[in-house]
Amino acid sequence: MRSTTRLGWPAAHRALALLLLALGLLALLGPVQASAAEDDPYKIAGNVQFEGEAIEGVTITVDGPGGAQVVETGPEGRWNVGVPEAAEYTVTLDVDTLPEGVTLDDPEDDSPETKEVTPNVPFAPKAVNFFIGEGDRESTAFGAQLAQRLVQGVNFGLMLALASVGLSLVFGTTGISNFAHGEMVTFGAVMALWIGGTAFLGASLWIALPVAVLISALFGLLMDVVVWRPLRHRSVGVVQLMIVSIGLSLAIRYLFQYFIGGGTEQLPGASAERIDIIGPIRLTRVDLASMGIAIAVIVAFALWLLYSRLGKATRAISDNPGLAAASGIDVDFVVRVVWVMAAALAGLAGVLYAYYRPGIKWDMGTQVLLLMFAAVTLGGLGTAFGALIGAIIIGIIVETSSLFIPADLRFASALAILIVILLVRPQGILGRRERIG
Amino acid sequence: MDWSSILNQSASSIISTTTIAYALAAVGLGVHFGQAGLLNMGVAGFMAVGAYGYAISILTFGFPWWLAALTALFASVVFALILGIPTLRLRGDYLAIVTIAAAEVLRLLLLTVAFDDVTGSADGLFGFSGSFDESNPLPEGDYGFGPWQFNETTLWPVIVGAVLLTLSVLLVWALMRSPWGRVLRGIREDEDAVRALGKNVFAYKMQALVLGGVIIAAGGIVYTLGSNASPGVYVTSLTFFVYTIVLLGGAATIFGPVLGSIIFWVLQYFLSNLMPALVDAGVLPFMTANQAGMVRFILVGVGLMLLVVFMPQGIMGNKKEMTFVK
Repeated sequence: MRSTTRLGWPAAHRALALLLLALGLLALLGPVQASAAEDDPYKIAGNVQFEGEAIEGVTITVDGPGGAQVVETGPEGRWNVGVPEAAEYTVTLDVDTLPEGVTLDDPEDDSPETKEVTPNVPFAPKAVNFFIGEGDRESTAFGAQLAQRLVQGVNFGLMLALASVGLSLVFGTTGISNFAHGEMVTFGAVMALWIGGTAFLGASLWIALPVAVLISALFGLLMDVVVWRPLRHRSVGVVQLMIVSIGLSLAIRYLFQYFIGGGTEQLPGASAERIDIIGPIRLTRVDLASMGIAIAVIVAFALWLLYSRLGKATRAISDNPGLAAASGIDVDFVVRVVWVMAAALAGLAGVLYAYYRPGIKWDMGTQVLLLMFAAVTLGGLGTAFGALIGAIIIGIIVETSSLFIPADLRFASALAILIVILLVRPQGILGRRERIG
Repeated sequence: MDWSSILNQSASSIISTTTIAYALAAVGLGVHFGQAGLLNMGVAGFMAVGAYGYAISILTFGFPWWLAALTALFASVVFALILGIPTLRLRGDYLAIVTIAAAEVLRLLLLTVAFDDVTGSADGLFGFSGSFDESNPLPEGDYGFGPWQFNETTLWPVIVGAVLLTLSVLLVWALMRSPWGRVLRGIREDEDAVRALGKNVFAYKMQALVLGGVIIAAGGIVYTLGSNASPGVYVTSLTFFVYTIVLLGGAATIFGPVLGSIIFWVLQYFLSNLMPALVDAGVLPFMTANQAGMVRFILVGVGLMLLVVFMPQGIMGNKKEMTFVK
């Protein structure tokens, strides 16, 4: 676990201290503390620290097959439990037992006090990380928090935009509400994991990222050849196509779980430290790189859509497929290009999302699928630039809403806004006013 | 490999609360999707309203089980109205997006720790079957034959579920051969034509949404009757499974959804027993037992795709009748 190197952080990094429990660390620090059933083959372990100081007496509950077990952290902040099965366990840290002024703080997680882990190697403790930060968040000025959240919202929104423009273009050119788009996002992340993950091929990220995007594009081509083109030629109705995409989504999603299991995997560098940017805004280098890549790709994509022949043809088909075909555009070819582009952009978004969450999970794309639909509907169904605006608005809503409502409801806020938008302006922000009833 | 145990397990799933609950949900979705052409993607939400409406009524308000069930059904009427009033005038796919979003919002509200006292958040709700068990008129003992073995506590929810299912099927059957049902099918085939005949299309769609929603919620209640209510159940995959069931049996038929549910669950149990057994027997050396458990879900997705393309009318349906909504 690469994170162990981080224990040497300067104490100056006060705002967020990332606390990690790691196998290597445990081995270094001596014998593991005995707790519950010693002879259970699987172990879950952790280490609770804040800014390098061990926290003793924190209550941790591990629940799952074999029943719930409660442990307290020892003098060095360590804990560990034995569990009988290689199944999913829920690890809950009792926030009330943390010292005054310290709390769990992980803005990327809905419920920082619970973690789900699946120990899979007998006798090798599975590490559980909690993100611990300063508890008195009230002391941070509201304006500063808002600024930080806005920037994170833009980061999330740009990632969402990359994924949504493809969804929107596919809808515009083929009329499919593609429920399998979330899986195209997951696909990119899984490819990046297999190419760049330390446990797999271990290529450097600068190779893994473009190759993952390239394979995603091929995946889009494959789907068009195997599924969508034959269906176009059978002239299957849009509702049927939507249900086909639902079936495809289920099949691919469980294929991911088949191959990578139910746990969360990390890409290298997923837990970089935050650095000061401007004023109260603190981001990791990964955040900055992610935003830079997203902006560059979106601008390039917009130029392609506006000025290239293919881009113009794509927009023409979105406008009026019949007219476009009549004026000599090869609709079939353009739609195939759209599928390939959509898959490539979704794959790239998947890699960025794997860093944003952070982690790669079999259903990560499904988690944002509805947010993508919200972005696309908000901006105007079928318009590429609408999806961009919609995605950034949704990203900002998701991030800033956790200032006002519980963090585990932030996705709900975006979906509630989607419903409201449909009531007020069903054609979306950039959509044309037309009869949609 | 123990074939008799595998077949026994599969056969036993023909009569179970799960099969009955999914059959109820499928009958309700049949009204929405098959008869009225409404793309309700919020089946999980309606079932959650039923399940949690029932559980919360008992645990928080202390209602007896039958009153709790009625409260849950009433809640599903309200849920249908909230979803229908804004969206039924819009194009079909807007209803799809709003219902799927509403179901997710509902699930997140059930999952959040903010309402832990009422909803039990991630743990869900349990320990509310007391008044239901007390109402059990069955004398203590073992019932059933062959693979279908029950005792008095496991048989009672099955009986209640089967009665609800029978009543729902009869109700839908009677309504669909009435003038009301004909108008509804007319709306599915050509909304504008029906509007031109002077029918209030919005009102018919709303009534269909409420009727189907109540039946789906009844499915949610049956699912929780003897057990617990857990937020992990009411995910969008549940909605998609019910769609698979409805399309398998025949969306535009009355009995098709029930048949679909039985076939779906028999196949699910069959595969969930067969695949790990095959791995144990060394027939599938490239698979782990966990992976073997995944296969049946992959097959659901593939099956759904093939069904909707090659047999959209389902097993019991008439190919002429099932023209999909636009």
